[in-house]
Amino acid sequence: MMDSLAIDVRGMTKRFGGRTVVNGVDLQVKTGEVYGFLGPNGSGKTTFIRMLCGLLAADAGEGACLGFDVIRESAFIKRQVGYMTQRFSFYEDLSIAENLDFVARMYGVSNRRTAVRESIDRLGLGGRQKQLAGELSGGWKQRLALAACLIHNPRLLLLDEPTAGVDPKARRDFWEQIRELAGQGLTFLITTHYMDEAERCDRLAYLSYGNLLTRGTVAEVIAHAHLTTWSVSGPELHALARRLRECPDVIQAVAFGARLHVSGSDAQRLEQAIAPFRTGSHVWQNISPGLEDVFIHLMGNAKDNFSE
Amino acid sequence: MNTRTPLSFERFRAIVIKEFVQMRRDRLTFGMIIGIPFIQLLLFGFAINGDPKHLPTAVLLADNSQYGTSLLVALKNSNYFEFVREVRTESEAEAALARGDVQFVVTIPENFGRNLLRGDRPAILVEADATDPTATGNAIASLQTLIKSALQRDLTGPLAYLAEGEGPVNLRVHARYNPEGISQYNIVPGLMGVVLTMTMVMITGLAITRERERGTMENLLSMPTRPLEVLLGKIIPNIFVGYIQVGLILTAARLIFHVPMIGSIPLILLVALVFIIANLAMGITFSTLAKNQLQAMQMTFFFFLPSILLSGFMFPFRGMPEWAQCIGEVLPLTHFLRIVRGVLLKGNGCAEVILQLWQIMLFAIIVLAVGVKRYRKTLDE
Repeated sequence: MMDSLAIDVRGMTKRFGGRTVVNGVDLQVKTGEVYGFLGPNGSGKTTFIRMLCGLLAADAGEGACLGFDVIRESAFIKRQVGYMTQRFSFYEDLSIAENLDFVARMYGVSNRRTAVRESIDRLGLGGRQKQLAGELSGGWKQRLALAACLIHNPRLLLLDEPTAGVDPKARRDFWEQIRELAGQGLTFLITTHYMDEAERCDRLAYLSYGNLLTRGTVAEVIAHAHLTTWSVSGPELHALARRLRECPDVIQAVAFGARLHVSGSDAQRLEQAIAPFRTGSHVWQNISPGLEDVFIHLMGNAKDNFSE
Repeated sequence: MNTRTPLSFERFRAIVIKEFVQMRRDRLTFGMIIGIPFIQLLLFGFAINGDPKHLPTAVLLADNSQYGTSLLVALKNSNYFEFVREVRTESEAEAALARGDVQFVVTIPENFGRNLLRGDRPAILVEADATDPTATGNAIASLQTLIKSALQRDLTGPLAYLAEGEGPVNLRVHARYNPEGISQYNIVPGLMGVVLTMTMVMITGLAITRERERGTMENLLSMPTRPLEVLLGKIIPNIFVGYIQVGLILTAARLIFHVPMIGSIPLILLVALVFIIANLAMGITFSTLAKNQLQAMQMTFFFFLPSILLSGFMFPFRGMPEWAQCIGEVLPLTHFLRIVRGVLLKGNGCAEVILQLWQIMLFAIIVLAVGVKRYRKTLDE
């Protein structure tokens, strides 16, 4: 069935002035899927999402979002999409209840009062509904924003860095809620910089300077990168890293807490390259690379097409 | 380095450089710095004239002796009066004054020449629209001497005695609508328009730029909404604010300044609605053009300055050159002032009001249309 794809777009392109911010991106997201959208700052994630929900006019591209034409039918798409902006964008001088009521009216939600009350209860915001949104802490603002995005029962949620600046407990709760909603058939496209969040996604796409570099499940993304990684612990890792980076077969040497991850694309040549350093007090261990190793690798390879 | 010196040259220099860089980036402010003195010079230097000449005058000529004609020629030569039309009846004259088509009506009565020669000192009647005392003051002051010297030439020889004493003619000046020439009667109702122009344009001027600056615009645009909903939705609540101001000023005009209110107050309130909407529409359109709240404020100021100077509020409208009057005619405040003064002081009704009101309506519709067209449905620049 065609509807099994919530998002099915090809060649989405956006230029600002002479710069191509999103460069022919294809994306397919299945209904009920939690899709992670990753990439460094300024890679075009937000721009791509804004094109999906009609906030920006695409310069090129075609396809469907929720079965509607992504270019021509954005008015229909907007009705069934919940978009959570990167920066808190509800009214800080309205209370929680007033904000929710406003959004419910904008979408013409039937049984508005009930919907607002249920939304407040579900969030556990019951005691605070009269509080002004501007007085809320980051975590509560995020809860409010999510509640507001859900009030019109959208089929697709576009969440742009929903957990930036939110504490670990609130993040955990947030993801539990997302999983629960996805179980009910809601589709998610979520941008994030957190690796633990990326690993919670069903599938991922990695965007860099407007180009989609890789996509798939976590395992697929890691496999596609063809990295071999060694983990080192011991003294003076910083100096060791500097020396390792001079070896042509070492693609990267990156600090991970108290350890150093040394990666290369050819397992044998990497082993040869690190052999001279495998002496003394350092403990070397061959590990399977994680998402972060892969992303740092992708970021390092990408060309900055914005610099002049 | 000693951080406790009261002035470190390096830090001071850093701030000066930063300020210059920021100044260069803010083009509109820079434009204001150049534009404001330019506009002020133009307006104060060329447009504004406290001694208006060539005031439109109607004549009711019921006598065709040479003396009547001599008088009219003298009035015309003074440059204060410009005869724009002849009226046949008193009621026609009345209507022309009420509509504001003419500033003066000069009546030369029947048998003027005959009575003059008899030494009866016939009356010549000059009716002035004195709602704005400054507009008519100098012209009226000049009348007595004008008439005396005009007839001097005709009354020579055996008729010279007529020019003696109190003069050959009995000049009667009627300062209509504001006989005592109280300037508050003119200014206080006008102030209602000025206050509304400033506040209404500013309030909605900030409306959309505030959403943009606070980031809430992105959210609003992601919802299914049409431009007209947003623009009208932001205009309507401010109509109440406008009415509060109208109420305050009308009350003060009545109780503190004892401004006469001859015409219908409901009519004033109805006109105020159109005027308020016109200004709110102007503001909302500025809001769609401005990038931030500061720019919206600057645009408001740019609109307010000509409104206050060219509308006839501060300086007599008819004292301005034609180009300035043309600009003035576009501004809603000009027409609102005429309506409010007309209704309160002259007792004008719907017939006179509609002549000005449609121009305010037209302004509102055009401005709102520009606003709807300029309103960006996406975040694209």
